[in-house]
Amino acid sequence: MAFHVNNIKKQKTNGKGFKANATLFSATPYFLLLMILVLLPFIFIILYAFMSKSASKIYLTLDNFSKFVTNGNFVAAAGKSLLFAFVTTVICLILAYPIAYFIGRSKAKVRSLLVTLITVPMWINMLLRILAWQQIFGMISSWTGITLLGTDFAIIFGMVYIFLPFMIIPLYTSIMKIDPAFYEASKDLGADSVETFFKVSLPLSMPGIISGITMVFLPAATSIIIPQELGDGNSKYILIGNLIESYFYKGDDYYFGSAIAVVLSLTLLLSIYLVNKLDRTNVKDRSFVKKYAKFGYEKALEGGNR
Amino acid sequence: MRSRKNLSTKNYSPSFMSKFYVVIILLFFYLPIFSVMVFSFNSAGSATRFESFSLKWYVTMMKNDELLNAVQVTVTIAILATLISTILGVLGSLGLAELNKKYKGWTNFILNINNLPVVNPDIVTAVSLMALFMSLSAVFSFGYTTMLLAHIAFCTPYVVIQVYPKVLALDPSEQEAAMDLGATRFQSIVKVVLPDLSPAIISGAMMAFTMSFDDFVISYFVGGKVSNISTYVYSMRRFKPEVNALSTLIFLFIGIILVFFEFYQFHKERNDDDDVKRTKSKKIVVSNC
Repeated sequence: MAFHVNNIKKQKTNGKGFKANATLFSATPYFLLLMILVLLPFIFIILYAFMSKSASKIYLTLDNFSKFVTNGNFVAAAGKSLLFAFVTTVICLILAYPIAYFIGRSKAKVRSLLVTLITVPMWINMLLRILAWQQIFGMISSWTGITLLGTDFAIIFGMVYIFLPFMIIPLYTSIMKIDPAFYEASKDLGADSVETFFKVSLPLSMPGIISGITMVFLPAATSIIIPQELGDGNSKYILIGNLIESYFYKGDDYYFGSAIAVVLSLTLLLSIYLVNKLDRTNVKDRSFVKKYAKFGYEKALEGGNR
Repeated sequence: MRSRKNLSTKNYSPSFMSKFYVVIILLFFYLPIFSVMVFSFNSAGSATRFESFSLKWYVTMMKNDELLNAVQVTVTIAILATLISTILGVLGSLGLAELNKKYKGWTNFILNINNLPVVNPDIVTAVSLMALFMSLSAVFSFGYTTMLLAHIAFCTPYVVIQVYPKVLALDPSEQEAAMDLGATRFQSIVKVVLPDLSPAIISGAMMAFTMSFDDFVISYFVGGKVSNISTYVYSMRRFKPEVNALSTLIFLFIGIILVFFEFYQFHKERNDDDDVKRTKSKKIVVSNC
């Protein structure tokens, strides 16, 4: 009997060993893809960031970084991007909280209907939706004489429109998890609704607030389309994304463009890392949610958690 | 046992104001979509005044070769990129799970690279791919191939993100049972593993498709003279009203797909309600480990 069991075990491990190698082998295209089309390009721009070209001679240098730091225009563009992203994030948070609270405390049927209604527009090409606002703003100007296109207001409005769902979805999932016994307890202990909000709802929905902030802030700070289409392509309204674009696409100095991209990327990766340290929710969940939002946040959590 | 979800709705009766607010926000989300649909049927070219109903912009759209070409590029790239990245991503996830058994460090290293295009802003991914293709200009010139490669490169990580955790959560004894019953390794994967993974594979593929279909930034930087819908619209000098017609068609197309998908999920949930419960409890066990 013992011999028999042993034999089966042996067979199994043999089978597994074979399987393991074949499975690993069939994953080779994926590993190659990651190395050649993901890691290698990233290494390229890091190298480019430390290079420059004069009279067809390419040399190593730190000039790109010093140029970025010392030139007021570039710092201004970076500052403006951060400012716009900050204002957008604050407005999104204020607009999203009430509706997220409503969704989070509604019955399952109402909740899934509302979440579907909010996520459907996200499936539609962002550029087309922004162009729609461009037309509406044009319409409003022709009726009222107020110029909206090309103003800071228009850019921030567009950003709020595009990124608001990214705030609502993580917020409602964390509000949904609050046990209503807390609200009752707070009421029983004599707190009014304002106190309950600041002492119960707000602290308990903090994880959702933090994910929402990163999901709105990061894409808003690097958007190209929104400032271009709603800012009327005016160079005065150039943001960091448009700046990188101008060096890579319209200009020729992709070494300098790379330096800006590297600074941007490292800043954002570092901030995601720091936020992750602050907040125990898995960073992957949050950064992925920007695209996952389309598929329902709960599903995203299931997918990204392990 | 009552679930937490049901608990949160207890004693909540929203006021009229909050319902009104929800309606306002929804109107805000849908206003531009409705406005585009209405103006696609406008007989005048102006985007400020609606004159009378006409299908003229749909006819103009059908005559705009550049735009039709952009649609063709978008659709073919989205289909090819979805197919290829789904296959690569599923094989990659199976391989990663295998690698994870022996070399945890390597697996984490690969997963970190996998997450690079997800965490990085799209513009950084775009310029890095542009830098790569520029250095390989002897082999590639910017165009359809580079756009397709770039789309595969940024879609595959999303497939892996969807599929890999599900591979880890698989019960290995199921596959062993199939092999004990005489299935070959290939048969056991096709008949046992893939069906188990199919919901994750479907959502991964859908994500890849929409990411590719919607993409602007990456296509803009690596597409050269080839444009997809987004880059075509972006590089238009003056707004062309036939774009409204195209947008309307895309809205309707996506709307129909979403209704089907919702229906499919709803139907599936009803069919394997018990199954879902079982897998859910399994997931809880796994995620607690």
